[in-house]
Formats: sequence, structure tokens, C-alpha cells
Amino acid sequence: MEKKLGVFICWCGSNIASSVDVDKAAAEAAKLDGVVHAENYMYMCSDPGQQLVKDTITEKGLDGVVVACCSPRMHENTFRKAAGSVGLNSYLLEIANIREQCSWVHQNNKPLATAKAVSIIEGTLDKVKENLPLETITIDLTKRVCVVGGGIAGIMSALDLANAGYDVVIIEREPAIGGHMSQISQTFPYFHNVPELLKKKIDEVNAHPRIKVYVNSEVDVLDGYVGNFNVTIKTRPAFVDSAKCTACGKCLEVCPVKVDDEFNRGLSQRGAIFRYNQLETAKIPVLEQGDCLHFADSDSEDGGKCTACVDACPEDAIDLGTIRSLNEEFVGAIVMATGYDLYSPTNMPEYGAGKIPDVIDALAFERLLDPKGPTKGQVLRPSDGAVPKKVVFIQCVGSRDPERHKAYCSRACCMYTAKQARLYRQQVEEGTAYISYMDIRSDSKDFEEFVQKGMEEENLVYIRGRVAKVIEGDGCLQVFTSDTLSGRQVVIEADLVVLAMAMEPKAGIRELAKKMNVTIDGDAFLSETHIKLYPVESSTKGVYLAGCGQSPKDITDTVSQALATAGKIQTMFSNETLIADPLIAEVKDDVCSGCGICIEICPYGARLMNEFTRISDVNQAVCQGCGACIAACPNKACELINSTSRQFLRTIGDFASRSEAV
Amino acid sequence: MADSKFEPRIVGFLCHWCTYTGADLAGTTRQQYPAGIRIIHLMCSGAIDVVYVLKSLLDGADGVLIGGCHPGDCHYQTGNLKARRRIALLRSVMNTLGLDEDRVWLRWISASEGRLFAETIREYDGALQEQGPNPLAGEWDL
Repeated sequence: MEKKLGVFICWCGSNIASSVDVDKAAAEAAKLDGVVHAENYMYMCSDPGQQLVKDTITEKGLDGVVVACCSPRMHENTFRKAAGSVGLNSYLLEIANIREQCSWVHQNNKPLATAKAVSIIEGTLDKVKENLPLETITIDLTKRVCVVGGGIAGIMSALDLANAGYDVVIIEREPAIGGHMSQISQTFPYFHNVPELLKKKIDEVNAHPRIKVYVNSEVDVLDGYVGNFNVTIKTRPAFVDSAKCTACGKCLEVCPVKVDDEFNRGLSQRGAIFRYNQLETAKIPVLEQGDCLHFADSDSEDGGKCTACVDACPEDAIDLGTIRSLNEEFVGAIVMATGYDLYSPTNMPEYGAGKIPDVIDALAFERLLDPKGPTKGQVLRPSDGAVPKKVVFIQCVGSRDPERHKAYCSRACCMYTAKQARLYRQQVEEGTAYISYMDIRSDSKDFEEFVQKGMEEENLVYIRGRVAKVIEGDGCLQVFTSDTLSGRQVVIEADLVVLAMAMEPKAGIRELAKKMNVTIDGDAFLSETHIKLYPVESSTKGVYLAGCGQSPKDITDTVSQALATAGKIQTMFSNETLIADPLIAEVKDDVCSGCGICIEICPYGARLMNEFTRISDVNQAVCQGCGACIAACPNKACELINSTSRQFLRTIGDFASRSEAV
Repeated sequence: MADSKFEPRIVGFLCHWCTYTGADLAGTTRQQYPAGIRIIHLMCSGAIDVVYVLKSLLDGADGVLIGGCHPGDCHYQTGNLKARRRIALLRSVMNTLGLDEDRVWLRWISASEGRLFAETIREYDGALQEQGPNPLAGEWDL
């Protein structure tokens, strides 16, 4: 049965009416096939305008409506809601975009713009004629969350969600949660004591009945979809039974292995069994299988023989036979709080990092400032343990260098460098801190004041320019730079050089992003759906972003984002089920040949072969309606609901031919 | 109509996330371009079916423009790359059949590139003016 169609043309004040003859357009639209009502109105989106649409739908019994107005991005929802309120299925209403894509771009040719507007209306009417009334799809919702990464971003979003009453699992790759924040001594701009702040939060996590933490763990497999994820978690063996261990430390003393301690950025050494960090929360030793002689190649002398720690343990808490475990967690949402690594200083051979012991990166400097760190909080240079009298801090190392390194700004370095220099000056009164910078970016609350105070009251010497090279001189380091403000070459004889390395996404993020089905940008940072409006949503529904995995940021911004993510998930969990748009792919069972091309081409894993019918089904909850499978199907067995090939072909016919009468 | 100026008809298939929004931005910023283009909204350029392109040409369009997100920016991860491959194949088949491959253009235009969208339409319009009307168009009139 042919639909009774209505056309409503908006003037948008003069925005449309000044370039499109709306009377003529309405008169022409009224002549089109199936149209029983066509009129125009000054502001169709206004309350009286919407009422006009609603009343006409009721009076004329319309079962298809085209509103010719602004872009569907503006008011499609408005008019669909209005239609729905008077009983017309909202999917029977479509928008003809005659403002952004007609009146505004053809302002000097009213006849042509009018003809085009009518043509757009005609093409849209032809779509509406075959639109089906649809109902939204309901999806089950598991109100549990998986947080990938136990740094401050993961911790804060987990706590917020758990406090809101939802179960949370945290997956942490390292032996303890805390992330890079546990390496940091004090914050900017208020010199808060980080270990103290962090310990409080870690204690909260550990004590929270709703939070379960998997340390030494990674995501092995992710299955499922929004509301219904199944995360398989791979956990490396801990070897030390935390229930039996009393943290006496005897095992630490007997381990014969000595390797660089990564947590202290190589400023100290540790055994194969060691305390992961200095926080009270990580007292139980961990054993790194890769360093342990017991697990060394069995051909070698030590292979399988060393059991020093096991023998020394008075509590019998160490079992070297522990194997890795796999666990499954069912969750409705996932937070990607995967964090960052510092770009390796070995990428900067001109600064001698890795060769000259007194050239260190900024996290290593943080370790020097930590009272529980390798130097008990004393700034001492690694080569000889002397107090450095001149320290050069170099900013933008690897950042803002599109030709050779990273094009982006790492955002936190200006501020932490100012903080580190001030802390150094507070500790070594007679010392001088030079800071080599490109620009100072101090654009947050109290940041500028913090930097100014460093310059004015603590005599930090800021030198604008890029350091060319650092070489070992006679008992000192020679730092060659230029002062671009005075235009002079400068050579500083320094005792210690600290590199503010660029932040980059955590190693392994590409593989993980693939597993989680989220997109990454050119620098491998996780991509948000929309930088302004959907800043914490990933490309996959139900997977959210927090922290430096998305882009470099400081603790303040990381925590804000983590809480935003938690808020987003709570909004999602405020419903009992999820609602999805029904504009997705559909399969004609009798045409599908079961070839499976659609399964390969689907970016979301929404197509699955039914083993019994050999028909490729559509998972309604996962399908995003992109149409990739439709174009790829060699049999034309699938269609996008309400955007079928028949509809496209009709509209194409309208648009390609020059049939319009105007 | 015969002696009036030839105004090329372009059918544009624009992806929802980038080029369609870019075309909206062209409007918002009042970029002006020839009125011969008709826009069809696709969710993704990867949903472009060569049948749609050929039908447009057979029905009288002088040119077909497929607009998608820049490589790496596809909302659906790789749909634009599928479009790129499909259109490359189509153009080579068109060449083989003696059809002008430049009756089909594929362009990457992001949501923030309203100006580029308008420029692209002006450029394509100019190119089609030079090529003249699509010779396929009339032959199918019954």
C-alpha cells in the first residue's frame, strides 16, 4: 500500500528562505508521487512548528514524513521524537538537508538552489517510501567493569565505580598497582607527597570489597560486546604465597642474582626476587622468572639448581613450581588505562644517554628525590655519588621534533621539570639548576605561578634553545646549547643532566588495541570517538579510555579523565538494559550462500556463521551499521535496514537524472 | 536546455563521520560551490557498492564523488581502505571498457575540512565541464 507522505519545509528564518523559494518548493513537493501534504513554516523546530508537524500527521493520517531543514545532525532527533509522540514510528521520518548542503552553499542562485532543494526532498521521499517502522534493540547489561591498567587512572576510575556499587576487576601487568605515579616523589604545583597520596588510594583499592586486582596479568582474549564482554586474563605465576609470606626479607638477602632495578631506572640493583617498589603496599617480594637462575636454561651450570630463596624462607612461602593461570571475567564495560612509557633516552645518542652515567631521564631523577629511593632522597650523581653543583634539565627531549622523533608535546614536562629543579634547589642551596626549554607551557591552575616562583625566588636559570649535544668533559659534562633570546652559543659545565623524555604509549599497546578492538592514532595513542564531545569513548562501544594511553597528560588531567570515564560507565549502568539503534545489517536467509566474506570484512566481529543453517547471522548488539558487509556480499544477501540497496537505487535515480521540473 | 551552460551533475556518496559532516561544515561556513551536486548519506565509505556508482552514471550523472575519512581515521577502522580498493578496481575496469575513469572520484575529506569539500566540488565541477556531459546518460532512455 502506498504511503501517505507529508513534506514540511523550514525557512529557518531567512537561512533557507533567502536562497530557496520555499513556496515554490512546497508547491513542487506537493506534486511529487505519494505526497498528500506539503507546506512551509518559518521555524519548523520551534514548538509551534513541531506542533504543526504533529497535528498534520494526526489529521492527514501520514505514514511517512520528510522534514526539509538543517542537517540531520541538528534536528533529526527532535522531529523523530515529535513524530513518535503522535504515534508515527519515528523511523518513518527522514530529514532532507536543505540548509547546510543547499541554501547556505548556493546563496546567489535561487532558481538552482530551489531546484536542488526539491530534488533533495524527492530523493528523501523515495527513501521514506520504503522505510520500515522499527523498534530499538534491547541488549543485556552486566554491571561489572574491567579496568586494564592499575596506574592512577585505573585506580581512580575503579574506586569511583566500586563506590557507586559496581564490581570492578583491575588487570595490572606489573607485580603491583600504582603505575608510574609510584616512582614519583612529589607533585606540582603544591609539592604533595606522592607516596603518601598514592598509598591511601592503593589501600582503598586493596580493602575494597568490590575490587579484585589481578597483578602480573594481561588481557589474553577479549570476546563479546558492549554490556557483555568476556575477558580472559593471563596471570604470570607469583611464586610467593602472599598468605604465608611475612615480608621478613630473608629471600632478598640470599638471591645471588644482581640486575638493574627497572623501578629505580637502573640507579640500583636488585635480585631475581625483590620488592617491586618501596611502597608499604608492595612488601611481599616478587620473583622475576626471566632473571632467576632456577629458570635459566637447563644446559647452563645453574639451570634448575638454584633454590636459595626457597631454602631461606622460614615460612615455606615460595613455590617455584607455580604455573601461570587463566581466569575469565564477565563485564559490561572496559576501561583502557594503559598508561605510558618514557621514550627511551637511547634514541638521543647526541645527549650520551645510556653511555654517560650522569645523563639520566626524568623518572630516574624522581627516584633520586624519593626518601625511600636508591639514594634515600639525596640528589647524588650516579657516577660517583657526589652532590651535583650544576644540573642541566633539558625539556622537549624527543617531543616537538616531527622530523626525528615525536611531533606532539608531552604536556607534563614543563611542569615536572620546574618542580624537579625547584626541589633540587631546595635541597642543594649552593647548586645551580639550568633549564633548557623551547617554550614554557604552564596552562593550568597555579601552574604559571609555580614556574614564576622557581624563576624569581629560587633562581632557576631558564635558557631558551635546544641542546645540541652533551659530551664528557674533564670531570664534568659539557652541555652545548644556544640561548636564542640573546643569540649566543652557550656551553655549560654540568655535573648532572636530566632529560625530560617524551611520553609514548605503553609498549605492546598495538597488540592490545587489536585485541580490544580499539583504534589507535599515528603515534599509537588510543583514539577517542570525538575529541570534544566523546573524549573518553573508544571506537568500540563499551570500551572507555583514561589516562596517558589516550594522550600524554599530568596526574591532574589523568584523574579528571579517569573520573569522567567512571561517570560515563555509571550513566550506562543506570539502565537495566542497553538500547541499540536498529539501523543495522540484516540477512536474507534464502539468499545467503554461507561464503563468510562478511565475517572477514566486519570490523566488529558482528557476523557469525550459524553452524547449523550455514547462514551468516548478524549479532544485533555488536553491529554498528557501517554497511561494509553489504557492499562486500557477492550475493546481495544482506541489507542495511532502512538503507537498502533498493532505497539507494531509487534515490540515485532521482539525483542522477535531471528530472526536476523547477 | 541545449544551448544553456553545461552544469555537470555530480552524485556524492559521503560517509557519515567525515565527509558528510565536512559538507555540513562547508554550509555552516558559507563556502559556495556549484549546485549540481546531490549528496547521498552513507554510514561509511566502505559501504559503497560499485552498483551505486554505475547506476548513477547510467542514470545521467556526469560524475560520482565518494567521500570518506582520511586513511587511519575511519570510524569503522578500515572502511575507507575497503572503499579505496574497490574504487581503484572499478576505475581500472572502467578504463578497460573504454569509460572515463575520472567520472568517479574518491576523496578523503574530514569533518573539519569544509573548505576542502567546497574546493573539491569546484574542482570536480571544473574537470567535468572540460570532459563534457556523460555520454552514457542518454543511451539508456527508453
